[in-house]
Amino acid sequence: MTSFLDLAAANLLSPMVLFFLLGALATIAKSDLSIPEAIAKGMSLYLMLSIGFKGGASVAAHGIDGLLIASLIAGVILSAVMPLIAFKLLTASTRLPRVDAAAVAAHYGSISIVTFLAAIQTLDGAGISYEGHMVAVAAAMETPAIMVALWLAHSGRQMAGTVGGPSGGQGSGMDRSVLHDVLLNGSIVVLVGAFAIGCITGANGLKSIAPFIVDPFKGILCLFLLDMGVIAGRGMAEGRKHLTPPALLFGLYMPLIGATLGALAAMTIGLSLGGTALLITLCASSSYIAVPAALRLALPDARPSIYLPLSLGVTFPFNLTIGIPLYLALAAYIH
Amino acid sequence: MQTYPKKRIDIMVEAPLMKRVLTLLDQQGVTGYTVLPALAGRGIDGSWHRDGLVGRVGSVVQIFCILDEARVDAVIEPLFDLVSRQIGIVTISDVQVIRKDHF
Repeated sequence: MTSFLDLAAANLLSPMVLFFLLGALATIAKSDLSIPEAIAKGMSLYLMLSIGFKGGASVAAHGIDGLLIASLIAGVILSAVMPLIAFKLLTASTRLPRVDAAAVAAHYGSISIVTFLAAIQTLDGAGISYEGHMVAVAAAMETPAIMVALWLAHSGRQMAGTVGGPSGGQGSGMDRSVLHDVLLNGSIVVLVGAFAIGCITGANGLKSIAPFIVDPFKGILCLFLLDMGVIAGRGMAEGRKHLTPPALLFGLYMPLIGATLGALAAMTIGLSLGGTALLITLCASSSYIAVPAALRLALPDARPSIYLPLSLGVTFPFNLTIGIPLYLALAAYIH
Repeated sequence: MQTYPKKRIDIMVEAPLMKRVLTLLDQQGVTGYTVLPALAGRGIDGSWHRDGLVGRVGSVVQIFCILDEARVDAVIEPLFDLVSRQIGIVTISDVQVIRKDHF
């Protein structure tokens, strides 16, 4: 318990969390603080490149083994199963329409790469090593949740006899162009591509570009989290208008359910302490970049005013402040 | 100066749909269009602000094109099918152009 409290205090007082809180508080106080969109996207690409490359270089050092394959399979299964659980809980506890419940479920089956980055930073700060291939697991967990959630939404529509929506128009369902956009989302391309380049070039490649991708990483993550704080602050303001108490509660307890599933999976496949903490964090996190973009095309009837504030304004701040030390403590407990 | 009457279609649409709208305009033989970023706004679905966004959701783009009146229906009908369930608005207005052969 003391260990968890120490971890939580260290996390809350870390520069990355304090910058996040600064951004959120500035927005709540109606400051004009904002980061230009182009800079935010540039920082996002930098962070994907850095984390992907370092993960790839780590795999190059340790080799491809059965644990990598098992981790990928576990990640895909968890990403597909969690939306089913989330959907059941949402339909039982909230009055959200089926399409909104399916959309929210997709977010909680998929992952937040920024939460993942923050967890890595916490592990690095605590001197805990982890499997480099967890970056690939994160990428693999982006998509299955979207497919399952679309199936949930559309199976309900078929029962209601309204496939294609009231207009019968285009722009709904997982067609080829949506699948293309999800799989070739710019962030995923950079993350997976940098991972592959890291695998190919190994330690020498990492050494040659370390001044760019290692040294500035913490500072850029802080600036990025300042921006995320601003966005989350907006999400909190929107959430107050659109979310009911049961939906707000879901945003707090669903990460804990995901964390438990992640811990069980990590124990089953035999991940290290750091790898376990990262898989738990991935399962506890919810998407707010890749999934919303896919759902606006595939499920336009689902309301972004529900799923975005819940994921960005409730779950992300919870994970960043309390969740990550909790998940690390859980990982330490089962090891 | 001699001017000619044409129709201008303005499509304010959420950014994730932009590529599909442009593909549709290409398919319908629209000879030219322009896309502009929108900074911030509010509608029945709530407010949005472009700054700081990492993903495309939450931002809106404005697409406009100028057509001969005779072709407006052929573009508007499939456009309505595409955007009717999305966040955004479509307006059609009368404009005057100088070079009529461009549209």
